[in-house]
Amino acid sequence: MLEPLRGFFRGSRGGQAGGGPPAPPGGRKLNGSAAAASLSVRPSRGLEEFFTQIRDTSGLTILDLGGATQKNVSFITDLGHRLYSEDFLRMLNEAFGADDTADQTNPGRIEYFLKQTLDYPAGHFDGVLIWDVLEYLNPVLLNAVVERLHHIVRPKAYMLAFFHSDDKQEAVPYYTFRIAQTNSLEIAGQGMRRPAQLYNNRSLEKLFGKFESVKFFLTKERLREVIIKV
Amino acid sequence: MSSMPPARIEAEPRGGAATIGKAVKVVGQIFSREDLYVDGEVEGTVEALEHKLTIGPNGTVRATIKAREVVALGNIQGNVEATEKIEIRKDAKLTGDIRTARIIIEDGAYFKGSIDIVKPEPVKATTPKAQPSTPSAQPAMANTPGAPSVAEMKR
Repeated sequence: MLEPLRGFFRGSRGGQAGGGPPAPPGGRKLNGSAAAASLSVRPSRGLEEFFTQIRDTSGLTILDLGGATQKNVSFITDLGHRLYSEDFLRMLNEAFGADDTADQTNPGRIEYFLKQTLDYPAGHFDGVLIWDVLEYLNPVLLNAVVERLHHIVRPKAYMLAFFHSDDKQEAVPYYTFRIAQTNSLEIAGQGMRRPAQLYNNRSLEKLFGKFESVKFFLTKERLREVIIKV
Repeated sequence: MSSMPPARIEAEPRGGAATIGKAVKVVGQIFSREDLYVDGEVEGTVEALEHKLTIGPNGTVRATIKAREVVALGNIQGNVEATEKIEIRKDAKLTGDIRTARIIIEDGAYFKGSIDIVKPEPVKATTPKAQPSTPSAQPAMANTPGAPSVAEMKR
């Protein structure tokens, strides 16, 4: 079983609604201009793999959990797909509060959160861009979210998720991910945030144990890109 | 032929658009044959099929919306069909499904729902015909000559 990180910290998403506590010691909270300055483009094998699965078919239904950005909306819809947008971390803050000791194990709250964010019929989506949002969920909520994703994504479809691969880092940079090309991402740093738990390949395989396959790509930014086949 | 003097034209602070001010609440259906600016509260449906609908920063709309163009600066809850384009500006909040030909989302905007991009139908080169923007069950539009506004509100 995955162990929650002690001293779990949950910050805000880009200073948007929901707020959040100040950056953790040693962490560096970027303001808007600094965040904008950290914008960079980098290749993404995971994204390339994801698009390999969806670019030759139009009319698919894709879920983006990173909130709506112009680039992602344009990119997905230009391929002829229908895009669903959920600002997952913002809803996380709203459902569980900005307090870093918020109870993400409360069944009632978990149910409410799932109702707000992932209330879709079985097999509704043909692909999900999860980005890095799962890193900030404690194990109980995380398992509930993964279970729900398994339910709402059709079999054989793909999901793309990112996890930091640093085992000792207290806080990690979190980003807004914008699709630049089918194989590259524009990443805009939003600040520092402590993951709820740490992951390695083994723990991720266990987390997505119900899924058909899990494929890893390790990037030079110590971001583990994961393609999950439902 | 009417011998009445022309009606006084109201001041139009939004570039000619009819305006629902921020202290106004409308519950029901709105059909508009001119651009419409909503800075108040609307519940029901809003149709401005050939015109631009702007939801101002103070606007709260819980309605199904159909318009040629929609600009959101405030809060919308409901499905939106914008035949030409929709703009969701920074600080706007839109919860609902969107069908449009083009979408612009500013950073900082909140959107929850689905986006369907529908290609606009090619313009037909047929004889122009007055296109009623209201369902056939509707009475004649309220914009009789000289009337100050063409927005029709129906409970």
